[in-house]
Amino acid sequence: MTMHTLSVLVENKPGVLARVSGLFSRRGFNIDSLAVGETENPDVSRITIVVNAESSPLEQVTKQLNKLVNVLKIVELDPQVSVARELLLVKVRADRTARAQVLETVNLFRARVVDVAPDTLTIEATGTPDKLDALLRDLEPFGIKEMVQSGLVAIGRGSRSITAGPALRAA
Amino acid sequence: MTRPTPETLAHSARRARAAAEPASDADHAAAVRTAATPAVPGVRTPAPAQVSGAGSLVRSLEALGVDVVFGIPGGAILPAYDPLYDSSVRHILVRHEQGAGHAATGYAQATGKVGVCIATSGPGATNLVTPIADAYMDSVPVVAITGQVARPSIGTDAFQEADIQGITLPITKHNFLVQNADEIPRVLAEAFHLAATGRPGPVLVDIPKDVLQAATTFAWPPTLDLPGYRPTLHPHGKQIREAARLMTAARRPVLYVGGGVLKAGATEGLRRLAELTGIPVVTTLMALGAFPDSHPQHLGMPGMHGTVAAVYGLQKADLIVALGARFDDRVTGKLDSFAPDATVVHADIDPAEIGKNRHADVPIVGDARHVIDELVTAVTTEQTAGRRADLADWWAQLDDLRKRYPLGYEEPADGTLSPQYVIKRLGEIAGPDAIYVAGVGQHQMWASQFISYEKPYTWLNSGGLGTMGYAVPAAMGAKVGKPDTVVWAVDGDGCFQMTNQELATCALEGIPVKIALINNGNLGMVRQWQTLFYGERYSNTDLGTHKHRIPDFVKLAEALGCVGLRCETAEDVDRTIAAAMEINDAPVVIDFVVGKDAMVWPMVAAGTSNDEIMFARGVRPVFDEDDI
Repeated sequence: MTMHTLSVLVENKPGVLARVSGLFSRRGFNIDSLAVGETENPDVSRITIVVNAESSPLEQVTKQLNKLVNVLKIVELDPQVSVARELLLVKVRADRTARAQVLETVNLFRARVVDVAPDTLTIEATGTPDKLDALLRDLEPFGIKEMVQSGLVAIGRGSRSITAGPALRAA
Repeated sequence: MTRPTPETLAHSARRARAAAEPASDADHAAAVRTAATPAVPGVRTPAPAQVSGAGSLVRSLEALGVDVVFGIPGGAILPAYDPLYDSSVRHILVRHEQGAGHAATGYAQATGKVGVCIATSGPGATNLVTPIADAYMDSVPVVAITGQVARPSIGTDAFQEADIQGITLPITKHNFLVQNADEIPRVLAEAFHLAATGRPGPVLVDIPKDVLQAATTFAWPPTLDLPGYRPTLHPHGKQIREAARLMTAARRPVLYVGGGVLKAGATEGLRRLAELTGIPVVTTLMALGAFPDSHPQHLGMPGMHGTVAAVYGLQKADLIVALGARFDDRVTGKLDSFAPDATVVHADIDPAEIGKNRHADVPIVGDARHVIDELVTAVTTEQTAGRRADLADWWAQLDDLRKRYPLGYEEPADGTLSPQYVIKRLGEIAGPDAIYVAGVGQHQMWASQFISYEKPYTWLNSGGLGTMGYAVPAAMGAKVGKPDTVVWAVDGDGCFQMTNQELATCALEGIPVKIALINNGNLGMVRQWQTLFYGERYSNTDLGTHKHRIPDFVKLAEALGCVGLRCETAEDVDRTIAAAMEINDAPVVIDFVVGKDAMVWPMVAAGTSNDEIMFARGVRPVFDEDDI
């Protein structure tokens, strides 16, 4: 199984996310990660879905998604020519003895400390899933009290835009 | 017995509109398209007016050319029933919302126009779920309008609240929850457009009660706002040429015709294409009537209960040209052994069907009408260049199979009335102009096998969902849409007991449908499987309708305002059918008391390969493998 990143442009209307996510579960696909947000056009939202699938069922799911009336466009992003990021917030145990080591790890990964408590640090990091996994591996020995991760967002490299196009302008 | 009063009949006759003659292809396809397009010539374009949301709904229906809706009022939808009272739209008050949904489906399948049903919130809406799922599986253009609790109450578990938009997400082509009365004309126009165009399907419009009561302006026509909806109608020329090249080079080709050909109004083109190429034709359960049964190139229906020639034809084909068909499991049998040597050309208006079950070597996305017309042109070009398939050997094999394994049945050994005989005689007496509407089960398969369908839109049934109880309400809808056509429901005693209350609707509204009740006292198809696969252990399939005569279908018919007739012997079959054909002022039910042991043959057992087709119990056809 290989990971595929789909950028799904949809009309920004109530219930559209339920239509999209419902389709995945109904057709037996597991969503690895999902992120939704507005685009430069407030009438259009962009859903980034990471799905684990063989190529032929992925084609079926793409076709089924395209049938949803509120779906405007679907693009599969090639990891070679796109930028993909996740956001991580993690609360790490860091008392006086461990604090210096934790901060060293934070600097090494170009992460940031966003909240300080006597015995913990809350760290913000963005990066590829691989980088965030590596950061978590390094922080784990100190003790992770709580963590939250966003879904992956991704965008193609270069000057071309997938949101250009007559259908999207009409929306 | 109570018959409809002359007033009711006169009333309904006055309201019965055009659509008298059997639909031609062109009418059918045109009906679908124009009904969905606001502001086409002939459709009224009223001036803007101050109305309630409910008024706007009813005026939208009028502007869309809707002549009839099937429904039941209730709390949340009640505001809509007030302007409906004065409207030119005829409302038929059904007895159960399921009946409204299937009636809308039957109406749509018989006329090609969008069928409309209305229900209230909560249980009214959930009762529509089965017919909506049914219409979704069979791609029937239906618009369901439901009332919803008022906006401030949504999400509070209010009385008669159900999230019908959420419930119907997976079984509608699209659905709407109207949030503002000003949106009503646009949403209705979009709903009709979505239902009728592309791959047709059901669309639900849920309208909260306070939206129906709000003041708004009705203006027509609205502007559709569907930026993500662009069905592909015209096929790719390169793919068409490739398909034509294969069709003129193949040695064992078959045209595999599905319901999409009927929906596209492409049956005349299909005939031209078939005759031009000489290729054998199979029509699926959803496509019966798309190609005349009597045509010499017609092999019959493929699939689980298809003819030996049709099943073998697909199985041994070197080229399958699928037109508006979806390689359903009931057609393919065990998928990985289906038609192992065939190159597949798959044409469908829904890109997601192509390659879903079977890989398509030549995928063609487009409306079947355009696809077929362009194939005719492309094949003509190939033939003009001297490329023409020699199908003599192929036809020799198929003709031999047709001769050796025709559709047939044995008279029951116990001397009971044969259900197949009843259905065969019905088809012969009522003829190819009548519309036949079947339920689901043995009687449905026999009606598909032993009635000869010569014309499009004369066979309605629940194919994909297999909805028992479909026949009576769907026949009602078909008769409303085609008041001058004889409409026969062929129903089983199990199916009939699910929805027969709509006969009261038929009696009161002056809708004289005819019901041939194939009463074998059992859930016959389930019993057949118990006979074959469960060691004749008949768990819960005896309905008691023979043993105890409960219900007595003749008395039941009479209680519902119909004429009830009974027939128990072969000698009485013709006479009883003729008597029913004479009655045109009331619905008629004939209780055909038939034997319970008759089985549907041929049969490919579920989950097995089409190679394992059984011609009759214990009889496998002999295929001469050396010929191929």
